[in-house]
Amino acid sequence: MSVAKPLPHDSARLHVTGQATYVDDLPMQPGTLHLAFGMAQIARGRVQEMDLDAVRAAPGVVRVWTAEDLPGPCDCSASPLHDEPLLTDEVLYDGQPIFLVAATSHLAARKAARLGKITYAEETPILTIDEALAASSRFEGGPIVWEKGAPDDGIASAPRRLSGSLTMGGQEHFYLEGQAAQVTPLEAEELLVQASTQHPTEIQHKVAEALGLNMGDVRVEMRRMGGGFGGKESQGNWLAIACAVVAAATGRPARMRYDRDDDMVLTGKRHDARVDYEVGFDDDGRVLGLDVTQLIRCGWSMDLSLPVADRAMLHADSSYDLPAIRITSHRLKTNTASNTAYRGFGGPQGMLGMERIIDHIAHELGRDPVEVRRANYYAEAPPLREHGPDKPEVDDTPDTPDREAPDSFSRADEVSSGTGRGRPFAGEHSPKPKAQTTPYGMEVTDFILHEITAKLLESSDYAARKRAVAEFNTAGGALRKGLAFSPVKFGISFTLTHLNQAGALVHVYQDGSIRLNHGGTEMGQGLNQKVAQVTAARFGVEASRVRITATDTGKVPNTSATAASSGADLNGMAAANAADTIRERMAEVVAKHLQGEPEEVRFEDSRVHLGGASVSFEEAAKLTYESRVSLSASGFYKTPHLHWDRLKGQGRPFFYFAYGAAVTEVLLDTRTGENRILRTDILHDVGASLNPAIDIGQIEGAYVQGAGWLTTEELAWDGKGRLRTHAPSTYKIPACSDRPEEFNVTLHSGENRSETIYRSKAVGEPPFMLAISAFLALSNACAACGPAYPALEAPATPEHVLEAIRRARGA
Amino acid sequence: MQIDLTINQKSYSLELDSRVTLLDAIREHVGLTGSKKGCDHGQCGACTVLVNGRRINACLSLAAMHDGDEITTVEGLSDGELSPLQAAFIKEDGFQCGYCTPGQLCSATGMLQEISEGWPSHVSDSLDGPYELSEAELSERMSGNLCRCSCYPGINAAIRSVGEKA
Repeated sequence: MSVAKPLPHDSARLHVTGQATYVDDLPMQPGTLHLAFGMAQIARGRVQEMDLDAVRAAPGVVRVWTAEDLPGPCDCSASPLHDEPLLTDEVLYDGQPIFLVAATSHLAARKAARLGKITYAEETPILTIDEALAASSRFEGGPIVWEKGAPDDGIASAPRRLSGSLTMGGQEHFYLEGQAAQVTPLEAEELLVQASTQHPTEIQHKVAEALGLNMGDVRVEMRRMGGGFGGKESQGNWLAIACAVVAAATGRPARMRYDRDDDMVLTGKRHDARVDYEVGFDDDGRVLGLDVTQLIRCGWSMDLSLPVADRAMLHADSSYDLPAIRITSHRLKTNTASNTAYRGFGGPQGMLGMERIIDHIAHELGRDPVEVRRANYYAEAPPLREHGPDKPEVDDTPDTPDREAPDSFSRADEVSSGTGRGRPFAGEHSPKPKAQTTPYGMEVTDFILHEITAKLLESSDYAARKRAVAEFNTAGGALRKGLAFSPVKFGISFTLTHLNQAGALVHVYQDGSIRLNHGGTEMGQGLNQKVAQVTAARFGVEASRVRITATDTGKVPNTSATAASSGADLNGMAAANAADTIRERMAEVVAKHLQGEPEEVRFEDSRVHLGGASVSFEEAAKLTYESRVSLSASGFYKTPHLHWDRLKGQGRPFFYFAYGAAVTEVLLDTRTGENRILRTDILHDVGASLNPAIDIGQIEGAYVQGAGWLTTEELAWDGKGRLRTHAPSTYKIPACSDRPEEFNVTLHSGENRSETIYRSKAVGEPPFMLAISAFLALSNACAACGPAYPALEAPATPEHVLEAIRRARGA
Repeated sequence: MQIDLTINQKSYSLELDSRVTLLDAIREHVGLTGSKKGCDHGQCGACTVLVNGRRINACLSLAAMHDGDEITTVEGLSDGELSPLQAAFIKEDGFQCGYCTPGQLCSATGMLQEISEGWPSHVSDSLDGPYELSEAELSERMSGNLCRCSCYPGINAAIRSVGEKA
C-alpha cells in the first residue's frame, strides 16, 4: 500500500533542478505593475500632511493610492474586528502602510515609496507588556480566566510554595520566500489571484470584500510556498488586496512582494509573552495548586491573537494533571506589528511556562526534574489492542454530518468496500475509564508519555549522562554542561470548531490516471505527497499515478487554512472520502463485468480483483467510463466529537493529543554565554506514520526551529517602537552549524487511538515544543554555576545566559 | 551597458543598467528563476550561483562585474541526468519547502570543489590541505546557506554521501 512509505516530497525533482515555481517566478505578463507600500515612520499618531508629488514624479510610477483613493476600507483583517485598513491616516505601528505605489518595476516602486514627505501628529506609543497593562490597552475588555478546582486553597494549604516569572521573546517566521501575490484581471471583473498563502479561501474572501465582488468572482490559486510556519495564514491578505485594488483600477496585472526588511517590519511574528506564576506543591513536587498569568503581546490589531492566546491557555497544563489551577490570560494591544500565527500557535508559550514551573519546583526540592514531571503526569492510557482502539469512540458531535467520513482505516490491507462499521455499544454497563481532565474539562484518554519517557530515558542513556554532566561540572573551569528532558502533549484540531472541515476533488481518467485536488496548501511539509499516498492507497495503486495539482478555490471551495497541524488529518480524510465514492462506483461496474458482488471487489496491486479474476486498474477505469458512470467525485470531512465554549473554557476542543519527548545536552561558556547543543534524542508520536521520511524531517526541522526561538532568535525594538532586527544580519536563525552535533530522532510506533486517516497523527507543530528541552538544558547548565535558581529568560542569548549565571551565583 | 554572460553554457548579450545585480540579471532579464532572492543581503545564500566554478551570492554582485564570465545556476547543474548531488538531495530528503535548495546545491557543488583543491576553512586545523569532509568542516563551509525548514540533517547527509565518494 502506498501509505507508510518513505516517498520523497512530491516536488523533489523540481526542487533540485530549479523548476519548482513560486509566485515571484511566474512568467511576467506584459504590462504588469509592481507595488510597494509607503510605510509610516512613527509607531503611533496621525498623518497630518502627505506630500506625494515626488512619489508620483519618480521614474516608472504609474499611480499612487492613499486611503482616500481606495474603493472602501479594504480591510485586511482575519479577525471579526475588521481593524486592518489597507491604508490609513491613523498610524498604530511603525511601518504601517499609509500609501501604495504602482510602478513598472519592483525597484522603481520601492524607490518611489521612500520619497513621500509626511508630517505626523505623534502620540506616545504603548510598546511593552507593562505599558499595555498600565494603560489597560487590550482586546476583549478584560483578561480571560479559566479555573479548575480551588487553586487558592491548593496553594495556601500546600507544604511548599514558590512564585516566579518567565519572559519569552517572539519569533520572526523568516519563511525563505517572502510574502508575495499576483492578481490578473480576467474578463467580466473576474480576478485570478496567485498568492503565497496558507489560506487561499480567506484571500478570496478578503479580496472580494475589498472590491465589492462576490467570492465567486475571485479565484485563488496556490501551488506552493517557500515556507509558511503560520506567517502566511493571514499576513498575505495585504499583498493580495493591494494587487486586486490596482488590477481592478488599471486593468493590468499587479504583482507585489515584500523586500526582506519590509517583510520583517510589516508582518506579525510569534507572540512574545510573560508568564507569572505562584504554585503550591508537596515534597514530591506534586502540584497542589497553581495560579498562572499569561501576558500576551498582540500588537496593534487583533488578527489571530485571540485563538493564539486561547491555545496558550489550553497548553498551560503541558503534560500534567493539575488538580487546581487558575489561568489568567491578558491579550495586550501595543503599537507594534500585529503578532500572528506561528507554528504551535500559542502552545509553545503556554507549555514553556508550565515546564519552567516544574523546573523551578525541581530545583527548589533538589530533585531530578524528570521525576517531578513523572509525578505530575496524567495517567497512562491502557495499551492498544492489536486491532484498533480499546474503546471505539461514539460520535457525540451535536450536529449530525450530512456525509459520513470514510468508515474504518485500520492498517490491515483490507480495502473492500461496504464493510460498514456498527455503532459501538456505550451503554451504562460499558466500562468507564478513569476520568482525568485538563483544566478545560477535556478528558485525557490517550496519554502515552509514561511509555515514551521510559523508552527515551533508556535510549538516550539519560541517567549515566546526567552523572557524567555532574562530574564535568564539578571539575570546574569555564565551561558547564546541562542536560534536560521535556515532554510534549499537543492538542490537535482548530479551536474554532467550524474550521475542522475539508474538501477534496478526485478525478480518475479513462486511462486509469488520477488527478487530485484538495483544500490544503503545500509549504514544504509534504502534505501533497501524503494526501496523494492516501488517495493511491484507496485505489490500490502506486502514489506516482496520482497527479498533484495546485490548491484552487475554483476546484475545492470554502477551505480552512492549512494550519493547526491539521492538513493531512483533514484533507487526507476528504480525499479518501472522494476516492471511496469513485471506488464504489468502479466496484459496481467491475462486479457486473466479472459477474460477482460489488462488496467482494478489492483494489490491490494496481488491479481490481473479484475472487480469482481481476482486471487492471486502467481497464476498470475504461469499463466504468464506457458504462457511463462518473469517475469524478468531491469528498468532504469534518472532525467528529468536537464541542468547545471558549469563553467558559469548557469542552472538547481537540480530537486527540500528539505526544513526544526530548533529551538535550548543551555546553556553555560561563565567561561569554556562548552555547551549543551537543546532543539531542527525540522520541515522537506520529501515530501510524503516513510517510516516515516526511515525518522525521518535520520533527528535526521543528526542533531546530524551536531551538532557534529559544536561543539565538532575538527581536529588538527601540524606544520608539522601531524594529531594529529586520534582516538576517541582525536576526539570527539557526544555520547548519547550529543543529545538534548528535541528533537521534525516532518515531514512536503506535496507532492513533482516534479514528484519523490510517491512524496517523498530525506532525507539523507538536515537535516544535521538543526544543523546550534545549532551553531547560541551558538553564540546567546555568544552575550548575551557583546555588540559586537561575530563572533564565528566553531566548537564551549570551546576555540572558550571563544574567542567569549571575542570579544562580546569588550576585 | 552591454554585458555578455555565458549562463549554463548558453551565451547572452544583455543591455543592462550598470547597477543591476547578477541575480536580477539572471532572474528578470534572462528569465531563469531557479536562483532565489531570499534576503537580497547576501545573508541567506538562496541566490548562490557558480561563477567560473566558484560559488558567490548573486544578489551581492553586479552583473557588470561578470562580463565574459561563465555562470552556472541550479538549472545548469544537470543535463537531463541529475548530478550526484541533486540525486542525493532527493534520496536524503535535503529540503522541505525547496526555496533554499537551488542555493544549497550550487553552494555544495562549489564547496566540494574548494575542499578538493585544498582551500582551508575557519575550522581547519592548518592552512595546508588536504581536508576531509568532516561534520565540522561541512557545517562551517555550508553555514552561509540558511534553510528555515531546518533540513540540515538531510542536506548534510546528502552532501557527505557525495563528498565521501569523490
